[in-house]
Amino acid sequence: MNNFRITFWLILILLIQVFVLNNINFSNSINPYLYIAFIFIFPLNKNRFTFLLFAFIYGLLLDFFSDTGGLHAFSLLFVAYLRLFFIKLFFKKSEIDYLLFNLHSEAFGQVFNYVVTLTVIHHFVLISLDNFSFQNIGTVLLNTLYSSIFTLILYFLGSYIFRKKQLN
Amino acid sequence: MQQLIYFIRKYRYFLFFLLLEFIALILIINNHSFHKSKFVNSANSITGGFYNKATSISDYFQLNKENIELANENLVLKNKIEKLLQIIDTTIVTNIVDNTQFNQKYTYINGRVEKNQYASNYNFLTINLGETDSVFNEMAVINSKGIIGITENVSKNYSRVQSILNKSSKINAKLKNSAYFGSLEWDGIDYNTLQLLDIPRQAVIKNGDTIITGGMSSIFPEGIPIGKVINIEEGSSVKRIINIQLFNDMSSLKNIYVIRNFDKQEIRDLENNSNE
Repeated sequence: MNNFRITFWLILILLIQVFVLNNINFSNSINPYLYIAFIFIFPLNKNRFTFLLFAFIYGLLLDFFSDTGGLHAFSLLFVAYLRLFFIKLFFKKSEIDYLLFNLHSEAFGQVFNYVVTLTVIHHFVLISLDNFSFQNIGTVLLNTLYSSIFTLILYFLGSYIFRKKQLN
Repeated sequence: MQQLIYFIRKYRYFLFFLLLEFIALILIINNHSFHKSKFVNSANSITGGFYNKATSISDYFQLNKENIELANENLVLKNKIEKLLQIIDTTIVTNIVDNTQFNQKYTYINGRVEKNQYASNYNFLTINLGETDSVFNEMAVINSKGIIGITENVSKNYSRVQSILNKSSKINAKLKNSAYFGSLEWDGIDYNTLQLLDIPRQAVIKNGDTIITGGMSSIFPEGIPIGKVINIEEGSSVKRIINIQLFNDMSSLKNIYVIRNFDKQEIRDLENNSNE
């Protein structure tokens, strides 16, 4: 994917998140946070400053829309920093492979592990910070679980549909 | 010196990450305190404009329901006017005309909710009124059924409202049938249920009692309906929690009023003077 396509997708995901997914509120408080796809879409690079900075700005944009201070910025940046570690762990890539790295060309099992791990970490950080106290840890864990399942279904469906289109 | 440069070079990504996380954390903490002005909020012209476009489309799907609600409100107001006219007709006014009594104390400004939020622990709304409509910080926001929140960040055309469904919101409330008052807070669990705290133990409260605003603050006028008591949790100590079901459905809000208090500055000045 070239830069233009990536920008287009990121803006589209942002708008979908803000105007559709933030209003689902399934059983009062369960929402999918699809914007974590930013982490998976953004290309790998040896220089990580741009990625960290863009993750922060992208999170901040979401915060502007959803009145959450710096909540999304914090949690998105957190997983953005962890991304390289998990890529090394699951895909066993070295610095030479970064330019050609593409999630679509990897084995599904590895991609699944990678996406699930990052999503669960992100949702846990996000929801526990939103709770902002050590009370009701149980609800935080439950909400993390449900929201993660919700997000993962949406993400895998979306990536499956649009991968098909690219082949045609 | 060499060592320091080496350290910074080695951990440059981590240090950058820490710096950004620190900024985000400050923004989060800042967002939780009421009196600080905030940079990150949805009341600016860009996000406000987006929400304005979105609501003007989605409004069409609720026109019917809103019409019925407005008609009901009109009905109530018309009946009130008739009652008042009756009183004016039948009693002979013997009061000496005092100018200050004819001054209006509150004025209402009508507007619309652009963004509603009720699922988080700290909920905020965005409304389409700003400084150009003479809406400023700390004004009451209500609708025909009850209270909604307090404005806290005002831009030119939009403002952000701290919903009563916000864990840091505290509103003075009292029982309708007596003068006992307490503070209205939210525990973040159910968006239909709020908690009334600090009511003295000797106050007699039954399920179904109506709770209204207390008028102790200079923000809300007295007597705006809030909700009714559904159950009372008697604690072992002085604390008891009274659960209140709201009259308002906070998940579907459309037309709202902002209340402006003309005497607010005067009350503030008086309170500050007595503190010194």
